[in-house]
Amino acid sequence: MTQDKVELGEKLGFYFDQTACTGCKACQIACKDKHDLPLGVNWRRVVEYSGGTWRQEGNTFTPNVFTYYTSISCNHCENPVCMQVCPTTAMSVREDGTVWVDEDKCVGCRYCEWACPYSAPQFNAESGHMSKCDLCFDYRQEGNDPACVSACPSRALDWGPIDELRAKYGDNAAVAPLPDPSITNPHLVITPHRDAQAWDSGTGDIANPKEI
Amino acid sequence: MAKLSQLKLRGWRPKLRTETATSDPRAEDEAQGISRRSFLAWSGAVGGAVALVSVADLGMPLTRTEAAAASGTPGGMLGADKTVWNACLANCQSRCPLQLQVKDGTVVRVLADSTGSDEFGDFNIRACVRGRTQRQRIYSPDRIKKPMRRTGERGGGQWEEISWEEAFDTIASEMKRVRDTYGNEALWYHYGSGSTGGNITKRGTWPRLLNTYGGYLGQYGDYSTAQITAAYPYHYGGWVSSNSLEDAKNSRLQVMFGNNPLETRMSGGGELAVVQKTRREYGVRTIVIDPRYSETAVDVSDEWVALRPGTDAALVAGLIHEILAQNMQDQAFLDTYCVGFDEATLPKEAEPNSSYRSYIEGKGPDGVEKSPEWAADITGVPADQIRRLAREIAGAKPAAITQGWGPQRSANGENASRAIFTLAAVTGNIGIAGGGTGAREGNYSIPVKAFPLFDGETPPVTTQISCFNWIDAINRGPEMTALKDGVRGKDKLDVGIKLMVVNASNTLINQHNDIHVTQETLRDDSKCEFIVVIDHQWTPSCDWGDIVLPSTTNFEEIDLIPGASCSDMGWAIYGDKAIEPLYDTKTGYEMCTEIARRLGIEQEFTQGRTQEQWRDWLYEETRSIEPDFPTKEEHAAMGVFRKKNPAGHVVALKDFREDPEAFPLLTPSGKIEIYSQQLAEMSKTWVFEGDRAGDKLTALPEHIDTWEGALDARDSKYPLQCIGHHYKGRTHSSYANLAWLKEAHPQMLWMNPIDAAARGIKNDDIVYVFNNRGKVRTQARVTPRIAPGVVSLPQGAWYQPNHNKVDIGGNVNTLTKYHPSPLAKGNPAHTTLVDVEKV
Repeated sequence: MTQDKVELGEKLGFYFDQTACTGCKACQIACKDKHDLPLGVNWRRVVEYSGGTWRQEGNTFTPNVFTYYTSISCNHCENPVCMQVCPTTAMSVREDGTVWVDEDKCVGCRYCEWACPYSAPQFNAESGHMSKCDLCFDYRQEGNDPACVSACPSRALDWGPIDELRAKYGDNAAVAPLPDPSITNPHLVITPHRDAQAWDSGTGDIANPKEI
Repeated sequence: MAKLSQLKLRGWRPKLRTETATSDPRAEDEAQGISRRSFLAWSGAVGGAVALVSVADLGMPLTRTEAAAASGTPGGMLGADKTVWNACLANCQSRCPLQLQVKDGTVVRVLADSTGSDEFGDFNIRACVRGRTQRQRIYSPDRIKKPMRRTGERGGGQWEEISWEEAFDTIASEMKRVRDTYGNEALWYHYGSGSTGGNITKRGTWPRLLNTYGGYLGQYGDYSTAQITAAYPYHYGGWVSSNSLEDAKNSRLQVMFGNNPLETRMSGGGELAVVQKTRREYGVRTIVIDPRYSETAVDVSDEWVALRPGTDAALVAGLIHEILAQNMQDQAFLDTYCVGFDEATLPKEAEPNSSYRSYIEGKGPDGVEKSPEWAADITGVPADQIRRLAREIAGAKPAAITQGWGPQRSANGENASRAIFTLAAVTGNIGIAGGGTGAREGNYSIPVKAFPLFDGETPPVTTQISCFNWIDAINRGPEMTALKDGVRGKDKLDVGIKLMVVNASNTLINQHNDIHVTQETLRDDSKCEFIVVIDHQWTPSCDWGDIVLPSTTNFEEIDLIPGASCSDMGWAIYGDKAIEPLYDTKTGYEMCTEIARRLGIEQEFTQGRTQEQWRDWLYEETRSIEPDFPTKEEHAAMGVFRKKNPAGHVVALKDFREDPEAFPLLTPSGKIEIYSQQLAEMSKTWVFEGDRAGDKLTALPEHIDTWEGALDARDSKYPLQCIGHHYKGRTHSSYANLAWLKEAHPQMLWMNPIDAAARGIKNDDIVYVFNNRGKVRTQARVTPRIAPGVVSLPQGAWYQPNHNKVDIGGNVNTLTKYHPSPLAKGNPAHTTLVDVEKV
């Protein structure tokens, strides 16, 4: 296992602009097309978070509501719990900082799926193994952006070494309904929507639990 | 809904992956069926060619900077045989280029445009979620593989395969029989928009065939814009747009009535990109007026004004009441450019007190003052908010007021659209940079030559009915008149529709109001005697054909594809053939050529050209109009040709504003007719009877409390107003059958928590939505994003009746009424009352 741990490298991660996302899921589908993922396996997913109230007076009404989306895949965490819980050492961090599952070692026990607070590793019933975002390794090798990044009609996604992303976009990954970032230290930076709430004080609900 | 606490306990993890992914209520039936079927189809289609890439060779990947430098290359899969340009042709009025990667004759990956940039006029036209699902569509299990002929009663679901020869012979002989028996006006080319973005691959081959054969009963309007299209001539003298959305950079305020480009124009090189970039870079304050908290409102609005559907004209009246009370109207504009806002500018034939001001002040025939309180009661928008909005809209100079097509797609949408035009006039924003006409925004486009639907100046038959009125034309064609049914070109029809060509159209069943009425009309094959349906997916409409022909997708043929709506950027896409026609499918051009041969009109139809030669001709013709347009060879190399609007931004009616004498409108007065004398006269002569009694035309853009409108809901057995918004997972009904999209965007009913709580309904519960016309089963999306008293069942889901006639597909047209609007005879899709109960 030690040979697969981070020794040096870029610590690659994602950036997400929550102010631009429309929840269209072009990212999810571009990923699915690129990786030939079956139904039920979505390495990138989009969660809708909504809340607020309506005031009704007589025949009139006034909304005080909010909605925003979060597109999320594997965050290639600094502290990947998937790797820590994996009983077969199938999960590892590569030298570029991406978290990778070795399907030759994986027995499909799904412990990593259970442990990951982002549900990034996903069980592929076809292969019987876990599967997950590899940040489009082959695309990067050819000098192209990951499929989800180049797919986004709203230009809401970016990727790169997390230090560069943080220098450019700030250091916020603590937006509801995402979990406490201190659990895994995700390589993720979010520009929050104007109505975004902190991870520990969200007042809304996930609107689309079955879609994620 | 999942609370944060639950979230932390359970993670926000999806259900177990072995479960079916769709949350569609059909899941029960399809858990095995759809998933396994498509899964198997996939495995078969792509083989092992695109299995997960091996990451055994772990060299250091490139960084973002290096990757960005490679922009312009399509990227994608290594080892593909070729990468081919084509486009998504569905009718969203974006038009996204696609690059299809092909290996061993199979499309193995679908990539977006890789050219252009993030700059205005040069956008990288990133396809939305639907375009990227193209591979599922090409290899869909719903692909029609052979010509089919029904064997039982129409709509009975019994079919046999037939040869193409037999299909062509039958269609040709039926065309001849119907024409010889009833005349050309008994032939009908059905409304639809399944390949609307194409050119030769558009729906033009069949109209050309029918026109070459002497023509067919024409149609005006469309299902998207019938009411606003009918209103334009009376108000503005003809179709006008508003300014482009890019021109909003010059605005102090942007007001969008039911305008939702971030969902309806979702392309990353379309109006979504323009609106987002304009907002980001120019910060224009934006107010969205919509019963739903749309994605446009979520992303770019400063204020969401929630109103009841069908009440836009009342809101406008309340706004104008306040504008007049504050004396903030642009009186000079109204006096110079408009007719009938004030008594002084009414035409001489008009009755006293028939001006719009009189209507507002309560001096008109109804005697009701249109105060903000009056408007508040109808619209749901509080009077104080109306007053504040009115002052803000009138005070912002200039203000870009636009409307989408949702407000007008209602029982008196003609008046709603004209009311919004009127607000633009009252605030003096028409014809200036940063302003607008109150219409839908304008776009620049390159004048790409269209495949000709007929030769000569006009089609051989000029009689028309509304595109929506075909049910009447089947049931009682010879009774349809100009004054009662809006027949154009004749006082009355001589014959009903006896033969229908339904091509790339799901409007035969799915997209037409009141499916049960449609079914009963079609079931009797002594009325419409022959129906041929042409498509590449077996849609619910195919069920009602007599012969169904399997067509290629546009990825199996060639074309020159015009761009669509992207503000001040025009473009055109090279349409290349990615793969050979699958199964036993043919192109529309080949089908029509074969039928033309049997009718003895092949030469007239083809003009001796193959499809390739027609495309060459389109390039020649386009280049003769637009000299900088590329040659076919140049276009093939570049994929996408872009051009910025040479005029800068679309500023609608600029000439008229600058010199109304030299550039009069085509209205009788040459001015903007807020009061239309033509409509005043028509209101006395047009006939509304039967279930349309009570409908009316008005000279002014008055609010009308219509059947199943906001006020009707208050004492109705069905107290919820039901609209059907455009859904991200499909374009109308195109793409609605694809498993990936049903997983990403399952059908659902949007419902306010207040209405849900009153019915004991929680998010994701399965519910019935029903009225006296039909019943739908779907899941509830309990969300504060929709006004109380309003539900939305997004339009376009495929109709799927179970044995109890409950539509478990969730099609809104199981619930909508067939009731043409008064002037346009158009589709009142968003005027529907329903109730909802938990299953």
